[in-house]
Amino acid sequence: MGITLYVLAFAVLLAGLYAVVAKKNIIKIIVGVLILDYAVNMMLVLVGYRSIDGQAGQAPILPGGAETGALAKSAVDPLPQAMVLTSIVIGLGLTALMVAMAIRLYEKYGTFDMNEIRRLRG
Amino acid sequence: MNDPGMSLIVKNTARLITGFIAVFGIYIALTGHISPGGGFAGGVILASAVVLVVLAFGREFAARLVTEPQCHGWDAAGAMGFLVVALLGYLVGGFFWNFLPTGRLGHLYSGGMIPVANLAILVKVGAGLAGAFIALALFHRTTQRREI
Amino acid sequence: MEPLVPLLVAVPLGVAFAVVLLAHVRGLRRLTGLLAVAAVVANLAISLVLIGGPTINTFVGGWGDGRTLGIQMVCDGLAKLMLVTINLVAAVSIVYAGAYMRRFTKVWLFESLFLLMTGAMNGVVLAGDLFNMFVFLEVAAIASYALVGFGCEAEELEAAFKYLILGTVGSALILLGITILYSLTGNLNMAMVSQGLAVVGRTSPAVLLAAAMLLAGLSLKAAMVPFHAWLPDAHPSAPAPISAMLSGVLIKASGVYALARVVFSVLGPSPQYATVLMVLGAASMVIGVFLAIGQWDFKRLLAYHSISQMGYVVLALGAAAAVMSRSDPDRTVAGLCLFGGLFHLFNHAAFKSLLFLSSGCIEQQAGTRLLKEMGGLSRRMPITSFCCRIGALSIAGVPPFNGFFSKLIIIISLFLAGYPVLAGVAVLVALMTLLSFIKVQRYALEGEPTKTAGAVEAPALMCIALVVLAVVCVAGGLAAIPLRDHLFAPAGDALMNASGSLTAGVTP
Repeated sequence: MGITLYVLAFAVLLAGLYAVVAKKNIIKIIVGVLILDYAVNMMLVLVGYRSIDGQAGQAPILPGGAETGALAKSAVDPLPQAMVLTSIVIGLGLTALMVAMAIRLYEKYGTFDMNEIRRLRG
Repeated sequence: MNDPGMSLIVKNTARLITGFIAVFGIYIALTGHISPGGGFAGGVILASAVVLVVLAFGREFAARLVTEPQCHGWDAAGAMGFLVVALLGYLVGGFFWNFLPTGRLGHLYSGGMIPVANLAILVKVGAGLAGAFIALALFHRTTQRREI
Repeated sequence: MEPLVPLLVAVPLGVAFAVVLLAHVRGLRRLTGLLAVAAVVANLAISLVLIGGPTINTFVGGWGDGRTLGIQMVCDGLAKLMLVTINLVAAVSIVYAGAYMRRFTKVWLFESLFLLMTGAMNGVVLAGDLFNMFVFLEVAAIASYALVGFGCEAEELEAAFKYLILGTVGSALILLGITILYSLTGNLNMAMVSQGLAVVGRTSPAVLLAAAMLLAGLSLKAAMVPFHAWLPDAHPSAPAPISAMLSGVLIKASGVYALARVVFSVLGPSPQYATVLMVLGAASMVIGVFLAIGQWDFKRLLAYHSISQMGYVVLALGAAAAVMSRSDPDRTVAGLCLFGGLFHLFNHAAFKSLLFLSSGCIEQQAGTRLLKEMGGLSRRMPITSFCCRIGALSIAGVPPFNGFFSKLIIIISLFLAGYPVLAGVAVLVALMTLLSFIKVQRYALEGEPTKTAGAVEAPALMCIALVVLAVVCVAGGLAAIPLRDHLFAPAGDALMNASGSLTAGVTP
């Protein structure tokens, strides 16, 4: 485990950032923003992992009839998972808004190219 | 468009499955306090049933079935239901305090007001996503296409 | 008092959805405007009632007293100041919007989004833990993206899209910073994170990385240079009441307020963070005003001036942090810096929203936003031009309006804190602001009418909104000392005591 997964999540974040900065097509920029969002969510989930006494952590779900004390000792941290849920919902709202705006931009300007959607200057 | 929507096989399959998908979404929302899922996941699955109808039968048919004022209405009703649950907590002490009995751990009738909140979120997310998808699907392009 | 605090967030959110419900009932559509105004005025009343009381800590759901997972709503001095600012500008804007938005269809959608934005901004200033602040920040931001593009013209959509992309990148950076802080301390509550960081080391490399992410993301929300690129497109393209809300409160509540909370209460005022704040503030001050002088579009000029004035506030906050981070902090000088910065924040909300609302009046009545096409409006639109003149004199720093006092206090406190060069730069920027607004007055209000020959006075609702804000501008200047005792001194104390006010209800 260790640092490899964090480095990979950061690489995904950089890929998303590259798409936002360097691409000209609006749809590719939107996909880049989504990748960026999901990379940050991934990092948040990774932060919550913990391994107890060399054993991998369990999912924080209480099986039927089990004791809560044993689960609290062996489960991963559930708080980042709750945070990620909220963050995914926020990303969903943003996606819907971005796509709607992209459709309307295409209707007004006739193109998806970012270089041509530049009437505001100065 | 001579025949809106997809082929006959897809239409028949959609007729059979859409009800099951909707029920599955509601099940995931209602058991949100004892198994993974909850209001948001259930709402998304419920909206995906509407998406299936739009894809299989065409946008005009779906827009007649689930009209936009209906979606707005259920969306707002779900959100206000959630706020009412939160404000009813004032009866027992403060904002968002629990006022329903918490049953035994792991049973369906437990968890206080969390199943009620899950139900409100199910309604809101389902209606909201379905409305957003139908609004996007109904948007006709009025300008000419240009090659990018 | 304590049950009132969550209502500040719950009432606008609830009425936002009630507006959507009512708009679909035939015959009740006209009620939605009145309902929205009633909700925001109720918010303003509650926030005025809360001034002067003690710090209120509410634990949502009753999960408090040592359980670190609860959501805490903190209403200390700084939150009370921000609440009054936000709700005042929101109340004035929604009254103004009653008359301005008649040219748009689906006004109920506008009112619903406006109430969502107001409720979320109240939530940002009341949040006691980092993640709740982030969630409400996002809700306010999403509502503002939709509101900027409300008119659905080509340029408005372009500006809204650009604002959306940049705002989302900023939010991702903020969430990354919160992630790193959570992994270091295991807590989200601001007070407990501060205590946890004292154990880890406030300037250890991991904390510096988290601070860099948080400061970058929040500076983007506050439109500091070099993260300001979205503001000159977004603020002019929005409808006038939304421009007033965006420039007047959104960049303050979700930008400068969050910066102040994070640097003072969570990270602790160290020399590194103070230097970063001061560099950002000074750069925004200077570059904003230089870019503003050459503008001929009235609203774009006002947007660039927003960047510059926010630079003043962040510079004052940075100077206070620098003073507090010295080995022997001089609390009176730091208190004076904070008073100047927070007073300027409040004043800027008042006069910038006044200027944006009057530019909306001019745009609606005279049909243009370009300064070269206006002229002679002081004769044709007397009330609008009188209030616009008061706003212009306030932002330029002319006594006895409020802008003069807040800029004077900032300059004096910079001098006392040991930064004479920055004080001189602040004086220079104030002179250039004055120059810019003399140009505005000359071209818009004086002179001969060119295209604006047929302009008449604005409708009554819009004039009422302008007059209320003008009264606030004048009263803020004359009543500076009583305002300091009741409003700004508790806010400054709340920041200077670092996490003291946040731990009032939490036992670790």
